[in-house]
Amino acid sequence: MAVIALDQKAKPARPAKETAEARALRETPPGQWFPYAAPQPRERDNRDIAFSFRGISRKFGDKTVLDNIDLDVPAGQFIAVIGKSGCGKSTLLRLLTGLDKPTSGTLTVNKGAQGENRTRIMFQEPRLLPWAKIAKNVEVGLTGIAKGAEAREKSLAILNEVGLADRAEEWPSVLSGGQRQRVALARALVAHPYILALDEPLGALDALTRIEMQHLLESIWQQQTFTAVLVTHDVAEAVALADRVIVIDHGRIALDLDIPLERPRRHGSPDLARLEGKILDTLFGENK
Amino acid sequence: MKSTTQSILRNGTGWLLPALIVLAWEIAARTGLISPNVMAAPSAVAEAFWRLLLSGELVRNIGVSTARALSGFVIGGSIGLIFGLANGLSGLSRNLTDTTLQMVRNIPHLALIPLVILWFGIDEEAKLFLVALGVFFPIYVNTLLGIQSVDPQLVEMGRVYGMSRTTLFFRVILPGALPAIFVGLRYALGIMWLTLIVAETIAASSGLGYMAMQAREFLLIDVVVLSILIYALLGKLADSFARLLERLTLQWHPAFQTA
Ligand SMILES: Nc1ncnc2c1ncn2[C@@H]1O[C@H](COP(=O)(O)OP(=O)(O)OP(=O)(O)O)[C@@H](O)[C@H]1O
Ligand SMILES: [Mg+2]
Repeated sequence: MAVIALDQKAKPARPAKETAEARALRETPPGQWFPYAAPQPRERDNRDIAFSFRGISRKFGDKTVLDNIDLDVPAGQFIAVIGKSGCGKSTLLRLLTGLDKPTSGTLTVNKGAQGENRTRIMFQEPRLLPWAKIAKNVEVGLTGIAKGAEAREKSLAILNEVGLADRAEEWPSVLSGGQRQRVALARALVAHPYILALDEPLGALDALTRIEMQHLLESIWQQQTFTAVLVTHDVAEAVALADRVIVIDHGRIALDLDIPLERPRRHGSPDLARLEGKILDTLFGENK
Repeated sequence: MKSTTQSILRNGTGWLLPALIVLAWEIAARTGLISPNVMAAPSAVAEAFWRLLLSGELVRNIGVSTARALSGFVIGGSIGLIFGLANGLSGLSRNLTDTTLQMVRNIPHLALIPLVILWFGIDEEAKLFLVALGVFFPIYVNTLLGIQSVDPQLVEMGRVYGMSRTTLFFRVILPGALPAIFVGLRYALGIMWLTLIVAETIAASSGLGYMAMQAREFLLIDVVVLSILIYALLGKLADSFARLLERLTLQWHPAFQTA
């Protein structure tokens, strides 16, 4: 239900913005697009740092996957990580979420007031427990944080936000792929994470469900103020959702690009296309 | 017990064929197609059933056999479960014991009967030992397999969400291994009866198998047939019980979801 409501919220906003933007762009020579379409980046200078990588390297045997990475991400930023398959994107997230340890370098992750770990990761697969009902699966996200009636209440509230409140008592096996991924999102968000790492969470979804999920993700990110790190193969998705895109190539950050476009963004707008082109150039630059 | 009977009734169609066979068998016996010293007619078997029921012999023997089967099963099954869990969870334990267990597994446990008789005579221990040994391996192998086949991605997920080892075991690993453990359980129940029949026919002074052997000596073919039928029935009962348990605990499994 909530998803439909969400779309309705998003839709009226879009055409109005679209026409104004589109006219401004049409009347402007391509070289001057930027000042018109790019009002203001989300302020970040005076913000806390969510996490920072300092000279982080990760080697597997003698193979260097990440090579001396420096990266500071301010709290509340939506950052997208792009790179060719096998370039170390998942490794980066595994380091961030503590599933793996760097070979060298220091990683600082801002924890909660009680030092509790509120970094969550969402995988490409939903990874739901098949033997637990939907609500119970969401409650997994509250392990060590809440129990019993409180946990149940929270999980139902977040399920409502992802539009699955009426499916709380069903088994995961009866849900569609997109719905399962929404449950996984609810599970990741139920404890109000400070950092949410997303490892190609939408990769396995069909194009329409994907767009729906992108809207959902964006709106929830706007409501809750967590730092999002989205790994994706889809350059269009990265520029549509993120404040900042980094491209990893040969173990290093090859490009660190701000996406200073207003939200909600329209798929396929010329601004997005231009930034997409820039990223693709970095990725395939050596082929030219 | 009540719900077991219900589930048997629900599977009524499965009993249609046996009923027809019994009918044909009775007709064949009555018309003399089957000679009475080869096979007893169903009515004769029923008569023997009634006779032994009244004398109390039947109930006593069934009781003795069931108690043997179950205690052997509990002993062998729990040891198998413990080893299966330990070897599934700990690489050290697996390295220590798995090779040995796999070697012992290749000995057919019934081949040990002469040795077992030498050790225990025809006392209760002999039957318990054989049943426990027979039941141990299917439970062990399937529990180990079940734990090893738990989706590592789910285990990783549990870790990311900060589950403790105990929580991880009860929420992720055990439920994931359960379908395989049930396969082992049902297989073990079959082995349990089989072992007991053999052990009781060879080395016993009570129980269903003993009853059948006694009847053979006195050429009471109806009692022999009766014993065999009761074995079949008990086996079926145990299997139905396991299936019921399976249905109750594996409700989440798509294979058990009733639309
Ligand atoms: N545990 C490991 N042991 C050895 N090598 C590993 C291990 N994990 C990752 N690698 C190697 O590190 C490299 C980066 O892997 P990673 O999974 O981070 O890539 P990725 O960018 O996420 O790729 P994809 O887009 O295909 O998911 C790969 O070459 C991979 O083979
Ligand atoms: Mg990856």
